[in-house]
Amino acid sequence: MEFGLSEDQKLLQESVRGTLEKVSPLERVRKAAEAREDFVEDVWAALKDLGVPGMLVPEAHGGMGMALLDAALVAEMLGRYVAPVPFIATAVMAPIAIAGAGSKAQQEAWLPKLASGEAIAGVAIAEAASGAREGAGVTASGGRLSGKSLFALDAAKADVIVVADKAGGLYLVRGDTRGLTKVALTSIDLTRTLTELQFDNVDAEALSTGDSDATRRRVVDAGRVMLAADTLGAGWAMIDKAVEYAGERKQFGRVIASFQAVKHLCAEMAAELEPCRSLVWYAAHAFDAMPEEASLMAAHAKAHTAETGRFVARTATEVHGGMGFTDLLGLHYWFKRIGLDRQLLGSPERVRHEAAAMQGWVAAD
Amino acid sequence: MDLAYGPDYEAFRTQVRDFIAKNRDKAPKRFGVSRPSEESIAWQKLLIAHGLTARTIPKEYGGYGAEPDILKSRIIAEEFTAAKLPTGLANQGISMLVPTLLELGTEEQKKKWIEPTLKGEVVWCQGYSEPGSGSDLASLQTKATEDGDDFIINGQKIWTSTAHAADMIFCLVRTEPEAKKHEGISYLIFSMKTPGIEVRPLTTMTGHAEFNEVFFTDVRVPQKDIVAGRGQGWFVANATLKHERGMLGDPNQAGTRLKEIVDLMHEETVDGTRLIDHPVYRDRLMQLQARVFAMQFHGLRLLTAASKGEDPGIARLIVKLQGCELNHQLAALAIDALGEIGVLYGDSPHLRAHGSWQHRYMFDLGLIIGGGTAQIQKNIISERGLGMPREPKPAKA
Repeated sequence: MEFGLSEDQKLLQESVRGTLEKVSPLERVRKAAEAREDFVEDVWAALKDLGVPGMLVPEAHGGMGMALLDAALVAEMLGRYVAPVPFIATAVMAPIAIAGAGSKAQQEAWLPKLASGEAIAGVAIAEAASGAREGAGVTASGGRLSGKSLFALDAAKADVIVVADKAGGLYLVRGDTRGLTKVALTSIDLTRTLTELQFDNVDAEALSTGDSDATRRRVVDAGRVMLAADTLGAGWAMIDKAVEYAGERKQFGRVIASFQAVKHLCAEMAAELEPCRSLVWYAAHAFDAMPEEASLMAAHAKAHTAETGRFVARTATEVHGGMGFTDLLGLHYWFKRIGLDRQLLGSPERVRHEAAAMQGWVAAD
Repeated sequence: MDLAYGPDYEAFRTQVRDFIAKNRDKAPKRFGVSRPSEESIAWQKLLIAHGLTARTIPKEYGGYGAEPDILKSRIIAEEFTAAKLPTGLANQGISMLVPTLLELGTEEQKKKWIEPTLKGEVVWCQGYSEPGSGSDLASLQTKATEDGDDFIINGQKIWTSTAHAADMIFCLVRTEPEAKKHEGISYLIFSMKTPGIEVRPLTTMTGHAEFNEVFFTDVRVPQKDIVAGRGQGWFVANATLKHERGMLGDPNQAGTRLKEIVDLMHEETVDGTRLIDHPVYRDRLMQLQARVFAMQFHGLRLLTAASKGEDPGIARLIVKLQGCELNHQLAALAIDALGEIGVLYGDSPHLRAHGSWQHRYMFDLGLIIGGGTAQIQKNIISERGLGMPREPKPAKA
């Protein structure tokens, strides 16, 4: 019985931390956000050097064939450094979709390129994962897609996009296909792109090998675990910043970290967030080792970490006082990262409802 | 990451199951309210003989004498919980005094007290808190004045559970009035039958006398019954509190409680609709289920760290705060889901589960306060876990 990280996993996380510390400091994040860079080449190149894009791609296709827990450790660091790079779709959800439901030809066409980071993949699955807003949804007919999908992930510069239709299928669409229109959406979080995809009779290939329902489920589960891990990392960064700031800021002749009113806020943040780490680890481990528990644990990890993340984001900001509210410290990049994580792939209320249904606790209408 | 126990441990699990299958009819039906019943004592001795409790305590002191193995301890706990059997006695003598004596007692103290304590023959109470010394325990005023080979003790203790039934007390007393407050305390053990001790029951909000007040008037106790020397009491007590905080906030208790609520919400109805079908109650259940999972897995993480001898740092410091609060919130949901039925108590008609949800809701508030209040826990988390400075002492007027 061992519930913890291996030495390799600790090393992996430390090497990602060290790299991001160098290539994605706040100044770089701020520059990318302010210039609205939709692709931050230098940060992406550093992650390519570490092999991050290919972590989950099977070794037979040029990847590293690692576990979802390994990817979660990377996601945690990306959240910690509010790294302005594609990850959740191109390195996690799309490889799982293509490896799970792609034909041999589809796998050979895309997985090696995704693994090397030479190609980027987006995923448009918001309607299936968190419900359709404004009547969005994609309909497939004769290998062609019509309709629209909102809130596509990593899709801004994607060479290929995994699209979920209304009927439960998954499709591959090339980023430059005729009839596909990408509309950039601006969210509070300027470190990641969010895209509306409009499909006008667009040429698509079905990902239809094996059980595509199960693959869709796994794509969403994996994405939810990544968002939870991202919030975990961003939340701990905010706690660390709050503790550091409180240790420097003086009022009434002493550092504010010596006031219990301030210390207790920090203790509450740590006490609430640290158990989320175990929940994220367990959910990630279940994805590979205990598939019967995977969806429930992914849902709980997503929803609970989102709730805790919201508490940490506002509380850490309060500990910074007025400075936390300004743009000067850049604390809001973490606040907003956590804010976007919360709504993607299902807000807590919706995800908990799903988790109840998975256990047979929602009566059929 | 490997959640399997492996063949050696599974073989051990089989042994535990075999024991349970053969002996479950010997498990006590009546536990005794303050002192263990005869059946409980017989069960305790059987468990010790098979290494199922007092497992790592050396044989010479009445234990089983096994090497510490936290995974085996957990397997025993898992199997006894699954079989709904009691795992042996868990009183303050066993959970707090015995580890303290093992760590800091003299050979004579160990030989004299550990075995009868383990066997339930000697019952202990803990004399720490005083009316004026709760969170600031080190300010305690109960004084022990030298008189020949003895101390004469005067003062008052509070929150002393089982004092009315106890044979012995382990007690913090001020022996060095001139020393600094942390350095003037000694840890003394003595008989509750000593003349000059008066025990008054302290009824709590639950309606039960779960605690006592203990008054000492010229109580004469031999000086030799100090543990770890004069002025060392604060150090000894901290060694003991560490054992207590490990006991409070057990996540498996929360798991059991959650299952009871899931059953309750499937069985109980309001307006003919099952509570589980009420979306607001159900959402609260789901929020708490996530917290229970998080704390259970957090427990696995701490277990793994302990088995490797690693210090899990802040992860360990949050358990009492989070675990006690979670249990309290679970009881609150059960009460809210039951509505007016949830406030029935005592021997009322329509009572559910003997009124235990209200009892737990109230008693848990006591646990949130006791053993280091939630606010003291937050001081510990922020100071030791996050490295934040202590509140400066107010300037002397």
